[in-house]
Amino acid sequence: MSLLEIKNLSVEFGSQDNPFRAVQDVNLSINRGEIVGIVGESGSGKSVTMLALMGLIEAPGRVTADQLVFDGQDLMTMSPAAKRHLVGKDVAMIFQDALTSLNPAYTVGFQLMETLRLHMGLSKSEAQKRALELLELVEIPAAKSRLSAYPHQLSGGMSQRVMIAMAIACNPKLLIADEPTTALDVTVQAQIMDLLVSLQKSQDMALILITHDLAVIAEVAHRVAVMYAGEIVETSPVPEIFYRPHHPYTQALLASIPEHSKGAERLATLPGVVPGQYDRPIGCLLSPRCPYANEKCRNEHPKLTQTHGSFVRCFTPLDEAGRPIV
Amino acid sequence: MNDQNPILTARQLSKHYSVSRGFMRGHFSVKALNNVSFELARGKTLAVVGESGCGKSTLARQLTLVEEPSAGHLTIDGIDIATAGAAALKTLRPKVQMVFQSPYASLNPRKQIGTMLAEPLLLNTPLDAKEREERVRAIMTTVGLRPEHYHRYPHMFSGGQRQRIAIARAMILNPQIVVADEPTSALDVSIQAQILNLFMDLQQEFNTAYVFVSHNLAVVEHVADDVMVMYFGSTVEYGPKDRIYSRPLHPYTRALMSATPAIRAEDRREKVKLIGELPSPLNPPSGCTFHTRCPFANDHCKQKVPELRSLDGRLIACHRVEEITP
Repeated sequence: MSLLEIKNLSVEFGSQDNPFRAVQDVNLSINRGEIVGIVGESGSGKSVTMLALMGLIEAPGRVTADQLVFDGQDLMTMSPAAKRHLVGKDVAMIFQDALTSLNPAYTVGFQLMETLRLHMGLSKSEAQKRALELLELVEIPAAKSRLSAYPHQLSGGMSQRVMIAMAIACNPKLLIADEPTTALDVTVQAQIMDLLVSLQKSQDMALILITHDLAVIAEVAHRVAVMYAGEIVETSPVPEIFYRPHHPYTQALLASIPEHSKGAERLATLPGVVPGQYDRPIGCLLSPRCPYANEKCRNEHPKLTQTHGSFVRCFTPLDEAGRPIV
Repeated sequence: MNDQNPILTARQLSKHYSVSRGFMRGHFSVKALNNVSFELARGKTLAVVGESGCGKSTLARQLTLVEEPSAGHLTIDGIDIATAGAAALKTLRPKVQMVFQSPYASLNPRKQIGTMLAEPLLLNTPLDAKEREERVRAIMTTVGLRPEHYHRYPHMFSGGQRQRIAIARAMILNPQIVVADEPTSALDVSIQAQILNLFMDLQQEFNTAYVFVSHNLAVVEHVADDVMVMYFGSTVEYGPKDRIYSRPLHPYTRALMSATPAIRAEDRREKVKLIGELPSPLNPPSGCTFHTRCPFANDHCKQKVPELRSLDGRLIACHRVEEITP
């Protein structure tokens, strides 16, 4: 049985009469110890999906799902009190901008110990000991003196390490990392990714990695879900997806990366922009931008269907050579 | 002036900022830019690469004549700015334009696009209102904006379109040099591809020279003719792009390249791992500034500052490069 099972998750904002669906019918299952990447451009709904899972979507946002099961427990019917015990303990999340995610008024040690005392019921001295262990685990130099440091005294990489220490404090079964390295320099990014993957292995966590950087995912993930305009358009294993993308959007996304056009004068581009609330197409959401779109694509909405080892939301998924199968 | 002369020459360019130690305790100077030299030919692109705090943006401020360098010479279009009078500088400024990182912060939210783009013409040319509008409409078409955008405000545009507006504003005076400071790092990959293509098209059409500041090595490989890698205010490696990308020599360049994630396994380089993070500019390391993070540093590196020397078709500042190159 998978660790996390999401069936038809949707998130709506705005009024009841004129809602905007930021996330539409997302299906995703995560196994224990698996690293799954979620990629997509800004506004594709990748962060909102995970915030909905964590119960962090506030009114007037509305979350609906046929199934939202984590480790055998139904998150949709669970009482708020029970959910508070689960979130932050068994499911933890780290965010893009670590500096704004830490509370500037409290020391690093206090914030770490708060988690430990609330979720694990440790005494003050036990929590202090464990907090020190955690800082050492995330390879913070001079960990002992850092316990009494305030967030503003830390660099970007260092505060992201503290965020990771807080997230793994209660040995979560699932860690959601939302753009954990986007605000960092490449050499620091490499250090943080190494750390995340080694922790994922040693603690046997499942890891959901949300990012817009396909290359980061290519290096660490086992499976990738590609999102476009609030929907999952393709789920495929790594590295197949990078060599044989099945959805035209995945193909276009890969083609637009400079390293794919080595030696070429121009980069391949997808014309236009992601549709918003008022210009949502009737048929396939990609149809106005898709080079292969036909009449059917423009009028009917495709479902996520299995082709080979992948799930693809397209009437004419691409074959091995990257041409549409008609 | 013939076309063979470089449009931009920097000789031993330095910028030191004075920082107060506190009341009555004097000042000390932070060396943000240290003896940086390079040449840029007309219609070519120099990419400046490095992580935050390496002096990239300080360099950009010197080149755009926003700040005066503390030492060294800067020659633009044959005029040495240190000896040039106010009148000469006034004719020089329109020749160097800038595109900033965030198109969300660099456009005035209270001005219509047409007004914003006409402003450089109003200040620097004798054109009348009608001629200005013609020029504005022409440049809008060139950068891929539609005529109906003329009366719109910045908030009505997406990130990619805003960057097009910023590029139009930089290009409208037909500059010889455009300094672009991380122009695509705030954009999604598919939009990044559109903007990079636009940069390349404009360069072909107007023979503009670019100084392209970026930390994204894949982007740099696509746009650059020459690459200058900076660390802690100094040049560590500088040479033709092909040389540096096919065989990076400086340990920092190698670390940067290996830290950049790659989609295809065959593009991944052998990892050179760095220890720690950038040292504080208030307390710079002795000797080679990179020795605190360099995996190859020895006692000699800790004591003596390496000079920039010529090796294998490029300039490099490292004592041990011959010994450590695989």
